Amino acid sequence: MAILQQILFVAALATAAWFLIRRAGLIRRAIQLGQLENRTDRPNERFSIMLRVAFGQKKMMTNLTVGLMHFVIYVGFVIVNIEVLEIVLDGILGTHRLFAPYTGALYPFLINTFEILALGVWIVCVVFLIRRFVTKVPRFQPEQHREMTRWPRTDAALILILEILLMTAFLTWNASDSVLREREVGHYGELSNVGTFVVSQFLMPLFANWSDAALVAFERFTWWFHILGILFFAVYLTYSKHLHIVLAFPNTYFSDLKPKGEMKNMADITKEVQLALGITQADPNETPAEPGRFGARDVRDLTWKNLMDAYSCTECGRCTAACPANITGKKLSPRKIMMDTRDRLEDIQRGWQQNGPEHDDGKTLLGDYITAEEINACTTCQACVQECPVNINPLDIILQLRRYKIMEEAQAPASWNAMFSNVENNMAPWKFSPGDRFNWADQVNQ
Amino acid sequence: MNTETNYQVPTMADLAAKGETPEVLFWVGCAGSFDDRYKKVTIAFVKILNHVGIKFAVLGTEETCTGDPARRAGNEFLFQMQAVANIQVLDGYGIKKIVTACPHCFNTLKNEYPELGGTYEVIHHSQFLQQLINEGKVTLKGGGAFKGRRITYHDSCYLGRANKVYEAPREVLQALDADLVEMKRSRTKGLCCGAGGAQYFKEPEPGRKDINVERTEEALSTGADTIAVACPFCMTMMTDGIKNKDREDSVKVYDLAELVAQAQSL
Repeated sequence: MAILQQILFVAALATAAWFLIRRAGLIRRAIQLGQLENRTDRPNERFSIMLRVAFGQKKMMTNLTVGLMHFVIYVGFVIVNIEVLEIVLDGILGTHRLFAPYTGALYPFLINTFEILALGVWIVCVVFLIRRFVTKVPRFQPEQHREMTRWPRTDAALILILEILLMTAFLTWNASDSVLREREVGHYGELSNVGTFVVSQFLMPLFANWSDAALVAFERFTWWFHILGILFFAVYLTYSKHLHIVLAFPNTYFSDLKPKGEMKNMADITKEVQLALGITQADPNETPAEPGRFGARDVRDLTWKNLMDAYSCTECGRCTAACPANITGKKLSPRKIMMDTRDRLEDIQRGWQQNGPEHDDGKTLLGDYITAEEINACTTCQACVQECPVNINPLDIILQLRRYKIMEEAQAPASWNAMFSNVENNMAPWKFSPGDRFNWADQVNQ
Repeated sequence: MNTETNYQVPTMADLAAKGETPEVLFWVGCAGSFDDRYKKVTIAFVKILNHVGIKFAVLGTEETCTGDPARRAGNEFLFQMQAVANIQVLDGYGIKKIVTACPHCFNTLKNEYPELGGTYEVIHHSQFLQQLINEGKVTLKGGGAFKGRRITYHDSCYLGRANKVYEAPREVLQALDADLVEMKRSRTKGLCCGAGGAQYFKEPEPGRKDINVERTEEALSTGADTIAVACPFCMTMMTDGIKNKDREDSVKVYDLAELVAQAQSL
């Protein structure tokens, strides 16, 4: 029996690892579709941003209540994983609470800590479900936000429910196990000196009238449910918005270090402009470079960091809630920009898997996912960039799409074309004579 | 008009002809040059510069659009043509330090020109005014016209989030001895006036409301009778918002430079 459990456990572990590695490879490949951009300069500054924003969750704390609740789940997740180490080793080796005999008084202390955190996670997950589905925090509601379609809402509910189930399994497992230890049933009796735990002791009366056999069955069930749930969760993450728990760290490390107002320069254009203005001469020996695309039409034209941003987005909607265009009812939603970018990448991946790595479905991010109406509504106010708790930059994508729309398709609203022509001919965005530019000085002494 | 109010506006060409260089170039910007409302801000700032006796100059007709609206709209070619031409003019005069009353010009000159070869010390007029106050060159004490007046400050995106200039404009307002009240969304959470990203130069996309009206309602809800701005586009958007709300008689929109000039009776 024990050996069978060990074999099943190792098989489950291997299956999860196989799926996980395959998914990680696909996501990595999808992100690498993006253009190269160096984000490894100033490592100390980057590391410090990662420490503050990802580890310290600095930007989550702007709303202290929600920030602290999120922090409980985060700490719970990280710390409870120490317990998972013991569970995995128990599973492989066929042992039970492997660390208990070697750690003395530290063991109950650790389990008590895990239990308090587990209870915290349980409570916060319930509160988060209530916020989403009962008190209806506006940024999660499909009535206000068209990108909150069925899947994103289901995804959010699934994650929260799964976490509640995992924590319930962990706590009831400890409770049933404690009863078995107290009753000194079989090998459980060997650990009778471990005692009861701080939270699960209150669940023990539930099992008072259970037979030993039923208790052992329950203990095994909750143990298996908990660990299989975690393995499922790990694979599910890669299909879910919840991937942010992993990518938040690299994503903040590779943050944009420029001032938020600075747009990326297009070096190809600088070369042409300098030639046009006679500042530099064409090098006759230089072979003309393959004319690249100006701006971005599809995910391949964006940078790898834009694509990592898309996978790091957990669809919290703080960007959209702060977006002036969205607040006033325009179609633009920075969250939708990120979700569309990720959807596009996932669709490309599906194409690879179904039709081979060279498959092209003929779709593009701009046009099939994101419309001109959306990107034209952006005021470039950077509120979305400011708000994102994991330093995602939706604005950068919007501006690259605009560049494509204007420079490749020459599709601008008519009044923008008028503005362009004024800047070009009158040196100001309005149709004034450049010679009148200094006329204001005549009024200084009036 | 007496000689004391004979304000000077030297151009770079004038100074260069005399073989002189200014301490600072005042980059007026297109709105400051052509927009009737913002010309008043330009003039107020010039009066302050004269008053404190700083050696400054403007480019006059040699100044052209920095290219910011073209760049935000997506027209990188046009932006770079403008930028490179402006850099040639600025470098031709050996400009080292620039002050401007436009956050969009400020952001572009400061952050975006260096990569195209134009590196200058660029400050916004709110920072410049703050320095003058801190150095005692401009003194506003004495319970002037603003004592106890309720003023709310609207953050410009390109000053605030873009360049983290949040305190300088507020310190200038506090020096006026006014009652500075904050809107609910301020500093890093400040709501855009709706003009940025070249929105100023086209009609908004269909929606429930105009952004400037949303922001104006928020400003009015503070009970302030003065909305202080530090950007020509915020100025227009907020002024239009006040008109939309039929409050132009009771609520005024002023730029920081105008308030400082008023406080000094310039």
